[in-house]
Amino acid sequence: MAFNHYLLVCGGTGCESANADKIYKNLRASAEAHGVGESCQIVKTGCFGFCEKGPIVKVLPEENFYVEVKPEDAEEIISEQIVKGRSVDRLQYKEKGKEASGIENIGFYQKQVRVVLRNCGFINPEDITEYIARDGYAALGKVLTEMTPHDVIEELKKSGLRGRGGAGFPTWRKWMFTAEVKDADQKYVVCNADEGDPGAYMDRSILEGDPHSVLEAMAIAGFTCGADKGFIYIRAEYPLAINRLKIAIEQAKEMGLLGDNILGTDFNFDIEIRLGAGAFVCGEETALLASIEGERGMPKPRPPFPATKGLWGKPTVINNVETWANIPVIITKGGDWFGSIGTATSKGTKVFALTGKINNSGLVEVPMGTPLRDIVYNIGGGIPDGKKFKAVQTGGPSGGVITADNIDVPIDFEHLQELGSIMGSGGMIVMDEDDCIVDVAKFYLEFTVEESCGKCAPCRVGGRKLYNILDKITKGKGTMEDLEKIKSIGNAMKKASLCGLGQTAPNPALSSMHYFYDEYLAHIKDQTCPSGVCKDLVKFTISEEKCIGCTLCARKCPVNCIAGERKALHVIDQEKCIKCGECFNACKFGAVLRA
Amino acid sequence: MPATAMEEFTITDGLMEFIHQWKDKPGNLIMILHRTQQEYGYIPRKIAMDIAKEIGVPLAKIYGVITFYHFFKLEKPGRNMVSVCMGTACYLKGAGDLIQELENLLGIGVNCTSDDGEFSIESVRCVGCCGLAPVLTVNGEVYGKVKTEQMAEIVAKHRGA
Repeated sequence: MAFNHYLLVCGGTGCESANADKIYKNLRASAEAHGVGESCQIVKTGCFGFCEKGPIVKVLPEENFYVEVKPEDAEEIISEQIVKGRSVDRLQYKEKGKEASGIENIGFYQKQVRVVLRNCGFINPEDITEYIARDGYAALGKVLTEMTPHDVIEELKKSGLRGRGGAGFPTWRKWMFTAEVKDADQKYVVCNADEGDPGAYMDRSILEGDPHSVLEAMAIAGFTCGADKGFIYIRAEYPLAINRLKIAIEQAKEMGLLGDNILGTDFNFDIEIRLGAGAFVCGEETALLASIEGERGMPKPRPPFPATKGLWGKPTVINNVETWANIPVIITKGGDWFGSIGTATSKGTKVFALTGKINNSGLVEVPMGTPLRDIVYNIGGGIPDGKKFKAVQTGGPSGGVITADNIDVPIDFEHLQELGSIMGSGGMIVMDEDDCIVDVAKFYLEFTVEESCGKCAPCRVGGRKLYNILDKITKGKGTMEDLEKIKSIGNAMKKASLCGLGQTAPNPALSSMHYFYDEYLAHIKDQTCPSGVCKDLVKFTISEEKCIGCTLCARKCPVNCIAGERKALHVIDQEKCIKCGECFNACKFGAVLRA
Repeated sequence: MPATAMEEFTITDGLMEFIHQWKDKPGNLIMILHRTQQEYGYIPRKIAMDIAKEIGVPLAKIYGVITFYHFFKLEKPGRNMVSVCMGTACYLKGAGDLIQELENLLGIGVNCTSDDGEFSIESVRCVGCCGLAPVLTVNGEVYGKVKTEQMAEIVAKHRGA
């Protein structure tokens, strides 16, 4: 049965929460009603990445790219496009006022290179045959029939793949450590899908859009390292990803691609899902393993490393979702091919969740070494509302800021570290002039304080101290001495904390203080918050020259603290003002001043 | 764990079957607690005690695990769970104001339940729809690009519904 049209509906969590499922069902129903149900295939795929414009429907072969589609638009897409062959112009994505159909004409996609997300947005993640049709499980077949474990490790070594979970440890070495343990009666393979960084959703999108790539890679690791059992540790907050993983495991078992005697060989490998329960520290590998064991997720000192003594004390290979998703394609296309992408020390691509004050927020995948400028301005389309770019935070609560001065630095493991930030798992949060850097640092510290497991004192006590100091500064009660304290406490935490969470927790404060020292000074010496975020430091007044007495601000004020007659100057009662900023936002004449 | 209404609870058949399935698997506790919360909406003290007996784990350890993880609840949540995303993207786009507005509307703070049992408010880590920031969910239904002005309408829609 040949189809003459393919309709791809984005089924990532972002689009799904905006009625993608309804759109999919309506498209189906309309197609049936118009008698074209047999000739067009309608598929719900994983994330297209362009979340800002979701829900998205793509029509092939015309390559029409419909954005912000509503369920009621389905009928028109079918009756116009499929039945009459005319595109629905009002839904087409427009760039600079012109319709841009075809991925190659859309700025958001132009600079992207899709290796990890190769199948996201193309295949139906709930149908294993679609994955197989795109060379899925070919790598596993190749490994089982043509390669030795040694060959696999050599191929990974050639590729230069480094862990995508944060620290960037060479993947081949991890695997080799486990493979080399000869006297173990049991070994394990673990997938870290405990994506806890607020503002990042790379791993979830991979699992939702291409779950088999992770299963296949885990089986390859099982063969290479001598393990027959795998666990995927995933956040319970990701129901869609969990469901798609369950379906994928079931289908792979049915087809003999997981389970006993895979592809007719004597290799057995089974995968189970274990749910996380909302603890950021479980992203740390020893804490994660403790959680799989059913314990409180507290990290252990390393060494011993999980590679030799991991889950239930057995040698365990543990990698993050994005790392896993790279493996099958490295095996099929070769380590040399993979190594040709990226920079000298950071190979391949990296997926980033580009969010915050950016026009095109979404999931982007670029070669390592791409300058931040390309990501923010070419892919991201710049900052909304003509605001000024301030900084990008990478690495979430463990990372730091990159400022406009460093926007042309190539993004890879080494350069980010030099700038005092880290790659992290791939969160990239854009801030504009309205965001207060001290407030953002406080936000991250509040996060790490809450997520600290409390086992070691530098993290438990140091984090709280740092938070208190930052809180003081945002309330205008900070002193110059406090800035020194931030440095000394931060450095102590870096050196003495047990795990990555505590060691990196001071980064947002240290990095923002380094690059925005003046802004910290403004809070302390001038008692002002230049971005107007810190409420205790903001004062609203009304300009005598500009106020025309329209009464709008007085009507908007929730505490009735603005007095003034029509056509006369209005005055804010500073005693009563709660600094909500409603008047500032409401005034059409720029008469309300914020200082 | 509050000791109220202890008598009401017995382990349901579905949960018991699950416990038996997992009983002999190492590391079963967290999976069993997930299943329990799915059944009751939280982890009632009486059920935790029964689980302790069933799988031979001290209640103190179960309590330790429950309180370590944010996901597990010791108290019955409201009929409508309003979860405001406090991921970084949502925070920068005003999630804090949404929580403030909710607190004003419902007269309760974060992690509290209204007296009539209709609403609970929680702040959650990244929901993962950063393109829709700021985001909140009510019983899993997602509201994206929410403005404070819309909050009253959203609350009204779910009240008594």
